[in-house]
Amino acid sequence: MSESALVPGRRPRHWGESPPWNFLRRLWGNHLAVTGFSLVFLVFLAAILAGVLSSYDPLTMVVSDRMKSPSMTHLMGTDNFGRDIFSRVLHGARLSLEVGAAVMLLTVGAGILFGLVSGYSPRLDGPVMRVMDAMMAFPAILFGIAIMAVLGPKTVNVVIALSVVYAPRTVRIVRASVLATKQLDYVEAVRAQAAGHLRILFRHILPNCLSPLVVQATFNFAYAVLAEASLSFVGAGAPPPTPSWGNILSEGRIYMQNAPWITIFPGVAIALTVMGLNLAGDGLRDILDPRMKT
Amino acid sequence: MTMYILRRVFGVVPVLILVALGSFLLVHLVPGDPAMVMLGSDATPQQIQALRTQMGLDSSLPEQFLIWMRQALRGDLGESFFLGRPVTQALLERLPATMQLAMLSLFFSLLIGAPAGILASVRQNSRWDQLVMITAMGGISIPSFWLGLFLILVFSVNPGWLQNGGYVPIWEEFGPGLRVLILPAISLGFMQAALIARMTRSSMLEVLRQDYVRTAKAKGLGWWSVTLRHALKNAMIPVITTIGTAFGVLLGGAVIVEIVFTYPGLGRLVVLAVQRRDYPLVQGALLLTSVIYVAVNLAVDLLYSVFDPRIKYE
Repeated sequence: MSESALVPGRRPRHWGESPPWNFLRRLWGNHLAVTGFSLVFLVFLAAILAGVLSSYDPLTMVVSDRMKSPSMTHLMGTDNFGRDIFSRVLHGARLSLEVGAAVMLLTVGAGILFGLVSGYSPRLDGPVMRVMDAMMAFPAILFGIAIMAVLGPKTVNVVIALSVVYAPRTVRIVRASVLATKQLDYVEAVRAQAAGHLRILFRHILPNCLSPLVVQATFNFAYAVLAEASLSFVGAGAPPPTPSWGNILSEGRIYMQNAPWITIFPGVAIALTVMGLNLAGDGLRDILDPRMKT
Repeated sequence: MTMYILRRVFGVVPVLILVALGSFLLVHLVPGDPAMVMLGSDATPQQIQALRTQMGLDSSLPEQFLIWMRQALRGDLGESFFLGRPVTQALLERLPATMQLAMLSLFFSLLIGAPAGILASVRQNSRWDQLVMITAMGGISIPSFWLGLFLILVFSVNPGWLQNGGYVPIWEEFGPGLRVLILPAISLGFMQAALIARMTRSSMLEVLRQDYVRTAKAKGLGWWSVTLRHALKNAMIPVITTIGTAFGVLLGGAVIVEIVFTYPGLGRLVVLAVQRRDYPLVQGALLLTSVIYVAVNLAVDLLYSVFDPRIKYE
């Protein structure tokens, strides 16, 4: 028998009233979140099905097909090497989403670890936050370029560079939540029961920090997609011939007057993905943290 | 007040030391010998040793850092490998162009973002609000370099109304300087304008719901007076605090926009330095921009305490 059924006067809770179900219902009712997640889902689907959706290899050069405008054969036209832009944009989505997701996971991991430590331990708070302040002082793109310059142009290095750049913001957000939560009565009660620090942190404080963390994670994903495109655009991203939205744009910019499709489509892909993530983030914020509503 | 200023000024010292340490360690992240990587596989052992000595790589790491810090405090950031001249000189030569671009972008983003946010908040849920919010959503999603490419195509290449490329100091020749700067400033500042509009709107909405605003309305003050004199003053406080951060973002973002517009600023120099593996120049640029960021944020914090007296008592 469930616990709620034993409490006099309380109805047994229906599964439809459970917190995850309730959250999903509120998510479904939020237009921003639905639009955002739908856009992101479509981009994910396009990236996964890249090989199925386009029969062209993104790297194969066909000299006779150079700079063909969009048609039924080449939906988004071809570039100066005769490569199919549609196929390159779809494969570029894979790289952008991989980098975005990896940066999101790493920044969330760093945010939880350093944010919890900094917010909970007054002794470690100062040193950890000074390091975060220093990391935030490095302009994101410039720092990314500098890291890529020393570590070399590899996708994994793009992830490292962007995670270092965007982690401090996440750490600050988790720390602020921890500072607010650790003063609440229920934490005091748990402490009075002689609970260990790790138990207090992970069982009792962390769940209260998840709302702002989830919202920030979505924005970190968006920043990372945008920053990866920027780094690839200046040649400090994933090395060619790997197609990325940034390097397709960079290669196409000198042909903008004669073949604008080379720059239009990857740009639209970046904008739609980032917009989807931002809308999803805004929607999640409205649901999880209504005080921050825009 | 004096205590607050002193606390804030001394508070940035550890951050500056850590920024310097981060910039210094950057060269040491290079896999292998930085001198060998910089000179390439054709270099002779003598050339490698000469560069190692020039860069001070022979001493221990803490010793190298102390020497580097001492020199940096004197304004000596080493020798640029590919330019063959002092890093500080090369950076300071390009800095005014980038600062000019970042400042004009900031001005543009405040000029557009703040009024748009105010309009959206006072006409909440109207068509104006929707227009501002949709444009702002576009603004935070469109990459600056992509916007820049289209601005060049629309305003510079075909009609030739605005000049693309080059640099004219705006304080020397205002008209020609603005003709060169306006497109890069718009593409760089558009995203910040969108962020400022969103922030101003949400901040205004929160303030407009407060009791003192209702009191001001109840005692018969006009709409302009309530909105602009009473609500706006408080609503702009969180917006002002983000100016420092926005300036940092613009300084970093300028790198990309400078490439698009072939604008001879710090960013283009850094990208060239990266291509030539000129680590002292990359290191110097990173240190300089970070120090500017810290200084601007400190200035904003101090100004902020003047505008909002509650801050200095915290």
